[in-house]
Amino acid sequence: MSKKKAKDVSRRDMTKLQWTLHLMKQNWIGYVFVLPFMVLFAAFTIIPVIASLFVSLTSYNLIQPPTWVGFANYVQLFLDDDLFIIALKNTLIFAVATGPASYVLSFAVAWFINELPPKARAVITLIFYAPSICSAYTIFQYFFDSDAYGLVNSWLLKLGLINSPILWFRDVRYVMPLCIAISLWMSLGTAFLSFIAGLQGVDKSQYEAAAVDGVTNRWQELWYVTLPNMKNQLMFGAVMSITGAFGFGAVVTQLAGNPSVDYCAYTLSNHLEEYGNVRWEIGYASAISFILFLLCIGSNLLITKMISKVGQ
Amino acid sequence: MGRLRTRRHQVVLNRSAGGDTAINVMLLLLGILMVLPMYYVILNSFKPLDELFVYPPKFYVVSPTMDNYKDLFTIMSESWVPFSRYIFNTVLISIGGTFGNLVFSSLAAYALSKMVFPGRDFFFQLIVKSLMISAGTVGGIIQFIIISRLHVIDTYWALILPAWGTTLGLYLMKQFMESNITDAVLESARLDGASELRTFWSIAMPMVKPAWLTLIIYSFQGLWNTGDSTYIQSEQLKTLRCAIGQSLNAGVVRAGASAASTVIIMIVPIVVFVISQSKIIETMGSSGMKD
Repeated sequence: MSKKKAKDVSRRDMTKLQWTLHLMKQNWIGYVFVLPFMVLFAAFTIIPVIASLFVSLTSYNLIQPPTWVGFANYVQLFLDDDLFIIALKNTLIFAVATGPASYVLSFAVAWFINELPPKARAVITLIFYAPSICSAYTIFQYFFDSDAYGLVNSWLLKLGLINSPILWFRDVRYVMPLCIAISLWMSLGTAFLSFIAGLQGVDKSQYEAAAVDGVTNRWQELWYVTLPNMKNQLMFGAVMSITGAFGFGAVVTQLAGNPSVDYCAYTLSNHLEEYGNVRWEIGYASAISFILFLLCIGSNLLITKMISKVGQ
Repeated sequence: MGRLRTRRHQVVLNRSAGGDTAINVMLLLLGILMVLPMYYVILNSFKPLDELFVYPPKFYVVSPTMDNYKDLFTIMSESWVPFSRYIFNTVLISIGGTFGNLVFSSLAAYALSKMVFPGRDFFFQLIVKSLMISAGTVGGIIQFIIISRLHVIDTYWALILPAWGTTLGLYLMKQFMESNITDAVLESARLDGASELRTFWSIAMPMVKPAWLTLIIYSFQGLWNTGDSTYIQSEQLKTLRCAIGQSLNAGVVRAGASAASTVIIMIVPIVVFVISQSKIIETMGSSGMKD
């Protein structure tokens, strides 16, 4: 900042472009610092995302050169691909069911433990955070085994609620709710930690001031003091939760198999894998991934916009 | 706040006993739900065979045994690629990927938070936007083509290079640097004639150790959990998680060993988190996203 000010005098003699070039030359070292990372970031994130838009307008199988087909892939996806519609619907259901729930759960638990003594808080943090770092969702195979030895089945049989074991991950009625529940179980991740830190960071004297001003219970405190003070964390947490809610094919594939029975938990990432890694229809697969990109970015921008309006 | 209430000369905050109880009951119930699955798998890993197949399954173990862990290592050593090779692969990928990520991300984070140059905000906005997509899924297809054009398919590089370009650690470090390094400190170093690289290395980096640690742990955990990848075909290059998944397809005989393997895979990230928890939370203190 200070450098910019020091040079402000000479700025009057230059056009905007000249001034920018001057700044670039003067601060070239900044680019050197950023360059190595940016090359990698571009190669593995930016270029793939941008390229998928262009490739999605072609027909391409990696062997012959791509041929331009315009929007044919998109037309086919929406009008002539029933599986895509199923995958889109399931992806949206997963996202809507797990995203907001995991967000609220992360905040609620962080808030619950905020006033505990540090040791207790650390232990409870570990308990709630552990499932997300281990990605040990295969554990649930013990719980929902389809024979009578599966934990849940054996209880239900013993209590006389069912007569024969339920085929949990092979039954259209149970696959989706189970996968949603399991991903919620392991969804208290980065957003959760960010909320814990954010709550701890709220200046204690503000609570005292609020109490003097007539705040009488913890709900009012939450609403008038805590939330407005944590807006940045709430925003970051939202991004983490939404991205997590969309990037969520692995759990399903592992537990329910791919394709899941009657495609009842078939998601866009499954469809993407099918066309990208099995059939090598790269153009078509790119169209799927570009739609997934639009969904992720769109919902993130929408929600962060909404959060930024809170309290204004 | 609990402490605050008891201190003299301070405003007593209103906390209803009912509310405290409700919150604690809820925490307890949720906590049990979280722990139960993990408790059960740990328990199973110590059950002898006859107890594993007691009907109905029990939530305690009568005569704990290490047999399942021994079985696991026997099964592993029977595979034609030695088990130690899988461990080596996972450790190498985790360390290599984390190291590069740390170096490149810190350099970039320093420039993005403490230097002024045209395009800086644009770079950072790109990084923020990248947090909004899961890059591996959205760009996965083209990423595969790029990796294969680099001729690194079926080498360690195919897993290490993409890890160097991940953005969450960089984001957290940049935010942490912004709120924990004052410009005055850097300015005085520059006035003393220190080069930018030197300022970065001996002034800035020592001030952001919690952020280092957080980046290392995030990166390491992600890589440690690497499973089957389309980039790796050779059996000799596969990861631990892959190998364990392959040799234990939840067969009846191997139920105990399978539980043991899950425990082993779980234990590493948990221990790492326990050790570093306070630093990670400290880093998260500045994780907020400004609009």
